[in-house]
Amino acid sequence: MSWLKGFFNSSIGRKFIMALTGLFLILFLTEHMIANLLLILPDNGVIYNQYSHFMVTFPLIRVVEILLFASIIFHIIYALVLTYRNRQARPVKYAVRKPGENSSWVSRNMGFLGLILFIFLAIHLAGFFAKARITHDLGMVTINGVEMHDVYSLVKAKFEIWWFDLIYIIGFIALGAHLWHGFYSSFRTLGLRHPKYLPLFKGIGIFISVIIPLGFAVVPIYFLINSLS
Amino acid sequence: MKITLKVWRQESPEEKGRFDTFKLDHIDSHMSFLEMFDVLNQQLIEEGKRPVEFDHDCREGICGMCSMYINGRPHGAQSGTTTCQLHMRHFKDGDTIVVEPWRARPFPVIKDLVVDRSPFDRIIAAGGYVSVNTGSPQDANSILVKKSDSDAAFDAASCIGCGACVAACKNASAMLFVSAKIEHLSRLPQGKTERVRRAVNMVRQMDMEGFGNCTNTGACEVECPKGIKIKNIHKMNAEFFRAVWVSSEEVEA
Ligand code: HEM
Ligand code: SF4
Ligand code: FES
Repeated sequence: MSWLKGFFNSSIGRKFIMALTGLFLILFLTEHMIANLLLILPDNGVIYNQYSHFMVTFPLIRVVEILLFASIIFHIIYALVLTYRNRQARPVKYAVRKPGENSSWVSRNMGFLGLILFIFLAIHLAGFFAKARITHDLGMVTINGVEMHDVYSLVKAKFEIWWFDLIYIIGFIALGAHLWHGFYSSFRTLGLRHPKYLPLFKGIGIFISVIIPLGFAVVPIYFLINSLS
Repeated sequence: MKITLKVWRQESPEEKGRFDTFKLDHIDSHMSFLEMFDVLNQQLIEEGKRPVEFDHDCREGICGMCSMYINGRPHGAQSGTTTCQLHMRHFKDGDTIVVEPWRARPFPVIKDLVVDRSPFDRIIAAGGYVSVNTGSPQDANSILVKKSDSDAAFDAASCIGCGACVAACKNASAMLFVSAKIEHLSRLPQGKTERVRRAVNMVRQMDMEGFGNCTNTGACEVECPKGIKIKNIHKMNAEFFRAVWVSSEEVEA
C-alpha cells in the first residue's frame, strides 16, 4: 500500500483531496441553498419544518452528513498543510511584487477567503446546527399530528436581527469569491483540460459562484424586510 | 537615458543580503537589460568595486540563464521574453528599477542575482528523458506521429528551464516546468513507454526539492517567456493519476 501513502503525501495527491472535498461541499451547498428557499414560502414554515424533520429522521441523510463533516475537516486540514508548505517554499519574499499583473485576486487569496468561510461556518453551526441537533434549544410544533422542531421560527427570529444578516451576507460574498476560483480550479486539478469542456466548466463555475450566494442571501433579506414592514 | 538601479547584493548563500543603489547616466535605449548590467559592471570595475554577479549565456532568449526579477516581475514586465531580450526602450528616462534574484527555497542565492537551479537538473534526471539504445537512427517515417501530438510535444519542448514560473508563482511551484517536460516526452511514441515511471519519479523529485503546490493562479503561464500553457499542469495531474491509480506497473520508491 506504499503507493497509496505516496499518493496522499504527494503535492498532486493533496490537491486531489482539496478538489474532491471542495466539489462535494459545493454539491451539498447547492442542495442546501435550494432547500432554504422553502423558508420564503408564505406558509409560516409548514413545508420547511416538514423538510427539516425529514432530514433529521431519514437514515441515509445521516451517512451523507458524516461524509459532509469529513469533507469539511479534510478540506481544512489539507488547506492548512498546503498553505504551510507553499509558504515554506518561499522563505525570503520579494521586495517589489506586482501579483495583480499576472493573476486574479481571488486565485491568490483562497486561504484568506477560506478563513472567512471558516469563521462564518462556526457562527452558522453554533446558531442553527448546534441548537437543532445537539442542545435541542428550540420550540416544537405539531404538523399533521407529528411533533417536530420548529426550525422555521428559530431562523425567522435570528434573521430579524440586522447584524446577524450582515454576517451572513459577508459570508456569502466570501463564498462566491471562493467558488469563483475554486470550482474551475478543482476540475483542472483533477486533470480536466479538454478544450471543448474546460470553458464550459469555467462558465458553470462563474454561474454557481453567483447563483449559490444569491440564493442563500434571499432568505435573510426576506426575513429582515418582513420584520421591518 | 538616466536609470537608478536597486540591485540585490549577497556575498554568499549564508550571508544576509541588501539592496545597493546605482545611478547610471548614459544608458542607450537600444541596449538590452543585460548590456545595461555590463555597463554598470564596467563602471564598478573601474571604480575598484566588486561587479554584480548575474547569470547569462546565450543572450538570445534560448538558454534560460538570465534570471532577474525586475520591478516585481520575472524577466520584467514585457511578456514572452527573457531578460536578455528585454530592451531599455521599455523603460522611461529617470526610472528606478529594482532587480532581485529568483526567490524560492529550492533556488538558494549563490551570489547577488545568481541562484542555484540544480533542482531542475535533478528533476530531469529523475525521468525527463527517453531511454534509447545507441546505433544508427531509424527512418523518420517508421514511427508515425499525429500532427497534433507533434505540435503539442514541440510546444512543451520549447521550455528553456529558466525558472520564471517558479519565481512568479505565489507558491514557488515548479509544476509548469515539470509538466512541460512530461508533456513533451509522454506525448510521443518514443516517450510513452516510460510514461508511468516518468510521471511518478519526476513528481516525487519535484516534491522532494521543496517546491510549492499549484493553486491554478495562472501566474506561471503569464510570465513564461516561452508561452508554456498551464493546461500542461492539468495534463500532468491526469498523467500522475493514471500512473498511480490505473497502471499496474510498479515503480520503485
Ligand atoms: C463552504 C465551504 C467550502 C467550499 C464549498 C470550498 C470549495 C473549494 C474548492 C472547490 C476548491 C478548489 C480545489 C482545487 O483548486 O483543486 C477549494 C480550494 C481551497 N479552499 Fe475551499 N471550500 C470551502 C471552505 C473552505 C474553508 C473553510 C477553508 C479554510 C479554512 C478553505 C480553504 C481553501 C484553500 C486554501 C483552497 C486551495 C486553493 C486552491 O487550490 O486554489 N475552503 N475550496
Ligand atoms: S515553463 Fe516557461 S517559465 Fe517555466 S522553466 Fe520552462 S520556459 Fe521557464
Ligand atoms: S541569456 Fe540565454 S535566455 Fe537570456
